[in-house]
Amino acid sequence: MTTLDSSDTTPEVVVDPNAVSVTINGKVVAARKGEMIIAAADRTDDFIPRFCYHPRMEPVGMCRQCLVEVVGPRGPMMVVSCMTPVADGQVVNTATEGVKKAQEGMLELLLANHPLDCPVCDKGGECPLQDQAFSHGPGESRFVEEKRHYEKPIAISENVYLDRERCILCDRCTRFADEVAGDALISFTSRGNNTQVMTFPDEPFSSYFSGNTVQICPVGALTAKPYRFKARPWDIEHVESTCTTCSVGCRTVVQSSRDELVRYQGVDSQPVNWGWLCDKGRFNFESINSKDRLTTPLIKDASGNLSATSWSVAIDSAARMVRTALLSSPQSVAIIGGARGTNEDAFAWAQLANALGVDSRDSQLADGLPPQVFSLPQATIADIDTAKTIILLAPDLKEELPVLYLRVRRAAEKRTGRVVEVSPRATGLAGKAWKKVHVEPGKTAAALRALSTDAAFTAQLASGSVVVIVGRMNLAESEESVVYALAEVLHMAPHATVLPVLRRANVRGAITAGLTPRNGGKSTAEILEAAAAGKIECLVLLGADPLSDVPDADLARRGISGARNIIAIDTFITQSSALADIVLPAAAYGEKEGTTTNIEGRISNVAQSITPVGTSRPDWMIAVELGAATSHDLGFASYNEVHAAMISGVSEFASAVDTHAVEHDGVIVAHPTPITLTRADGASIERNSYDYRAVVSRKLYDNAIGTAKSPSLATLGVASAIIVNPLDVPRIGAQVGESVRVTSPRGTIVMPLQESVDVLRGTAWLPINLGGSDVRELLDVTKDVIDLKIEKMS
Amino acid sequence: MSRLNDANIKIALEIISHYPRPKSALIPLLHLAQEQNGYVTREAMVHLGELVGVTSAEVYGTASFYEMFRFEPVGKYLVNICGTMSCALMGAGDLMHHAEQKLGVKAGGTTADGMFTLAHAECQAACTEAPTLQVNYRFRYKVTNSDFDTLIDDLKSGRLSDEIPSHGVVARIRQRIPADRGVGAIAPELATENPAWMNGKAAL
Ligand code: SF4
Ligand code: SF4
Ligand code: FES
Repeated sequence: MTTLDSSDTTPEVVVDPNAVSVTINGKVVAARKGEMIIAAADRTDDFIPRFCYHPRMEPVGMCRQCLVEVVGPRGPMMVVSCMTPVADGQVVNTATEGVKKAQEGMLELLLANHPLDCPVCDKGGECPLQDQAFSHGPGESRFVEEKRHYEKPIAISENVYLDRERCILCDRCTRFADEVAGDALISFTSRGNNTQVMTFPDEPFSSYFSGNTVQICPVGALTAKPYRFKARPWDIEHVESTCTTCSVGCRTVVQSSRDELVRYQGVDSQPVNWGWLCDKGRFNFESINSKDRLTTPLIKDASGNLSATSWSVAIDSAARMVRTALLSSPQSVAIIGGARGTNEDAFAWAQLANALGVDSRDSQLADGLPPQVFSLPQATIADIDTAKTIILLAPDLKEELPVLYLRVRRAAEKRTGRVVEVSPRATGLAGKAWKKVHVEPGKTAAALRALSTDAAFTAQLASGSVVVIVGRMNLAESEESVVYALAEVLHMAPHATVLPVLRRANVRGAITAGLTPRNGGKSTAEILEAAAAGKIECLVLLGADPLSDVPDADLARRGISGARNIIAIDTFITQSSALADIVLPAAAYGEKEGTTTNIEGRISNVAQSITPVGTSRPDWMIAVELGAATSHDLGFASYNEVHAAMISGVSEFASAVDTHAVEHDGVIVAHPTPITLTRADGASIERNSYDYRAVVSRKLYDNAIGTAKSPSLATLGVASAIIVNPLDVPRIGAQVGESVRVTSPRGTIVMPLQESVDVLRGTAWLPINLGGSDVRELLDVTKDVIDLKIEKMS
Repeated sequence: MSRLNDANIKIALEIISHYPRPKSALIPLLHLAQEQNGYVTREAMVHLGELVGVTSAEVYGTASFYEMFRFEPVGKYLVNICGTMSCALMGAGDLMHHAEQKLGVKAGGTTADGMFTLAHAECQAACTEAPTLQVNYRFRYKVTNSDFDTLIDDLKSGRLSDEIPSHGVVARIRQRIPADRGVGAIAPELATENPAWMNGKAAL
C-alpha cells in the first residue's frame, strides 16, 4: 500500500472535477459527470438509435432502443445509453454483434403492433421509426399475429390528432406536457398491451404548447390538423427563420410546398427557444395563406370606397398627400407602427421620415415602455437559467410570451432560481413563485418599497444574480407606474439586470432603427390626440391598426376620424386600414427576408420562403418608392443594400455584420450607455371603496389578425368577460355568468360576470381584444389607473 | 354529484397528511372514492386531482393502471372466478358456466338488481385450492356448483354482510397513523429534519 507524501512538490495540475473521459468504439471522448452515454456519443460520428431520449427532457429509458455495451468487470454488459451516466475510463461499444442483435430485437418488438401505414402517414419520409427501422432494424419480422387495433385517429384537442396504433409509447409527448409545459393533460392510461396515451374524458389536451408534441413524436402517432395531408416531407422546402408572432423570437424552420406555407417547426437554439414553439406561433402560418390577404394597392374612389389600383398610381397619390401635408408643416405628418416588420423595414421608414423631417413616429401603440429601459443593464433569456432570483414585473408570460414562460417555469421547477411574482393578479407562473406580491394597480412601487424591510426578501436578492422581467402587466395602468416599480427593484438590487418585454415582435428593432419619437416628436397617443384636433394632415399606418390595438377606443376613434388623410401599409384590411385613403399591400412573414430583434436585443434573420402574394412588397421597398416619389433618394435599392446601410448607419446594429451568427443563434445589439432610474415618491393612488380597479391584459388567443385569419386558431379564444374575486360576487349582487354593466369615467359596456381566485379583492380583470364587448371602451391612456363600477342589470 | 362527500373529504385530508408529497396518496384516495360509490366516478377523479394537485388525466392514468379500480358501476358484489391453469384444470370452466346460469348474466355482466357482477379473473395465487373465486376480493376455495349457489343465496339474504362488505370497501377498520408516527407532509428535498418517528433511532 502506498501513502501520499504531503511534501511531494510535483506541480499542481488543475483538473476539472467534473471532467471524465470515456472510450466509445475505441475513440476517446471528453464528457462531463452526470452526462448520459448517448449525449457523449452524439459528439462522435457514431449514432445510437433512440426514440424516447430527447436532449431537452429528463431521460426515462422507455423504448430500450438505445442499448449499447459497456465493458464491465464481468465482461460486456447491455445498458440503455440514455439512462446510463458516463464514468471515467468507461469503455462503450455501440456496434458489436451483440448490440446489433439487441437493437434489431427492440425494433422488431416496437414494430410488432405498428400498422406500417407509412404511405398514408404524414410522418413518412421524416420518421425516426421509419429511418431507424432501415438503419438499425432486422429487415423482417417474425410476428405473424394480428396487430392491435384502435380507432384511427382521434382528436385529443382542436388541433392535435392521436393515432394509437402508430404510437410506440415513448413517453415523449406525455413527458413534454408534464415536464416542459406543465399541462399534464395527457397521460399513459391502462397497462400492458392496452397502454395508451389519453386525455381525461372530455378534457382535451388544450395546452398552448400542444404542437410541440407533434414535432417530437418519433412516429406518426401525433399529427397536427393544420398540416395533415398537406405535403410530403420530400416535397417541402425549408428555410431557417425566426418567429415574429411575439417578441421572444423563437427560431423556426419555415416550410413551404408549391409556393405555399405548410408548416413551421421549432429549431433548438440554446439562447432562445430550445426547439419549442407555442401553438400560436406554430400554426398562424395559415393567416399568410389567407384568401383575405391584400394583393393590390387600393385607393379611395370618388364614392369613397376603396378600389384596386396600380402601384404607380397609389405611390404617386401617396407622395402627393405627403408633400401637401409637408407644405403646411412637417408636424402634420406622423407615422404609427413598424414593429411588425423587419429591422430593415423599420430602418428604411425611419430614413424616409428623417429625409421628410417627420419626427412624430412611434412603433409602440400606447402600450409599451420608454426606450430608456434598453439602456439599463440588460439580461438575456439564457440568464434566466443561472439567475438566483427572477422578478416578474411583467404581463402573464404564459399568455403573452409563451416560450419565455417555459424557460422561467423550468428555472423554478429545477430550483435553479426563485421566482418573485409582482402582479395585480396571479399569472400562469403563480404556482411556481417563491414569493407572490399581488398588489392592486397604482400601488406596486409602494409595495415594493415596503419590501425593502423584508429580511428574507433582501437576503434572497443579495444571494446572487437577479433578472427582472419588466413589461406592461396592466394596460389600464400607466407606463410610469412600471418604471417606478422597476426603479424600486433596481434600488434594492443594484446588480440586477433587466429583460424588457414588449408587445409585437420587433418593437425593440423598430425603436432602435429610429421609429420612436425624436426631437420632440409625438408618441402614438399624442399623434392620435393631435389628429383628433385636426392637426394631422397625413397619417401613415405602418402595419398598425390603432382602432383595434390602442388601449383607448375613444382616443383611437377620434384620432383616426380626425386625420385628414391616411396611408395604410398592411397585409389585411383591418378596422383602421378600411378607413384609409390609400392602402398599400405589404409582403408578410415568410415572403421577405430581413432581420428581427427580440426582447433581449437579439438580432436574427427572417427568411423568405414563398413569393409575396399578389403585388405586395416588403415595407422597406415601399419606403424607397415613396422616397423616390417625394424626391428623396434613400441610398438603397435592394435588400442587401438596405441591410448594409442599416448595419453601418445604426451603431447598435453593428454586430449584425456576422451574417452566419445572424442566420443561426443571432447576435445581441450593442447597448447604449447605462442609465439609472430615479425613484419617484409614488404616493399610492387611493380610491372609492365601491369601485373595482381595472386590470387589463391579454390572452394568447385574441383577435390579433394573425390569429383571427388562421382557421385553426380563430376558434380557440374565449369571449370578453369581467372577472372578479369570488368574495366580491355577492357584493355585486349578480350571478356568475350573468351580464353586468361596467362603467368607467370613459364609458359603459355590458359583459358577463365571472369569478376567479386569481383576481385580488376589489380589482377586476378584463382580458382585452376578445370577441364580445370591447374593453378598450373603458380605457383612457391619460389616466394612471382606471376604476370601474360593476352593476347588476335591472 | 359523486365527488367525495364531506365525511370522506376529512378522511382524505388525513390520508394526504401521511405522505411527504400529496400525490403519493392517490392510491388510498382512489380506494376511498371507490368505497363511497362502489366504483371510481369521473367527478371523484377530478376531485382527487384537486385535492392532491395533479390533473384529472394524471389521476386517470394512475387509476387505470390497476385492475381493482372500476370506472363503470359494478354490482354490490363483484364475483371473480379464476380461469388460469390450475383452476381451469379443476373445473373453473364448468363453474363459470354454472354461475352464468345461476345469475342469469354472462361473464362481465351485472344482474338487473345491481347485486352481482360476474367476471373472469387471472390467477388469484391460490392454486392449491382450485377452483377459486373471490367476492369483493374475499376468497372462496375449492368451489363446487352447490357451494356457489349457497354463496349467492347467503349474499342475497344478507347472512354474509358482516364478512363481505359491498364492493369498494377494502377494510372496515381504517388505519390510523398518529401524527408522531407520520412522515409529515414535507417533500424529501425540502425536509430539514428527520421525521418525528425517526427521532432517537438510526436511519435504516
Ligand atoms: S404519441 Fe408519439 S410521442 Fe406520444 S408516446 Fe406515442 S410515440 Fe411517443
Ligand atoms: S413564443 Fe413568441 S416567438 Fe415563440 S413561437 Fe410563440 S409567438 Fe413565436
Ligand atoms: S432512447 Fe434510451 S430507452 Fe429510449
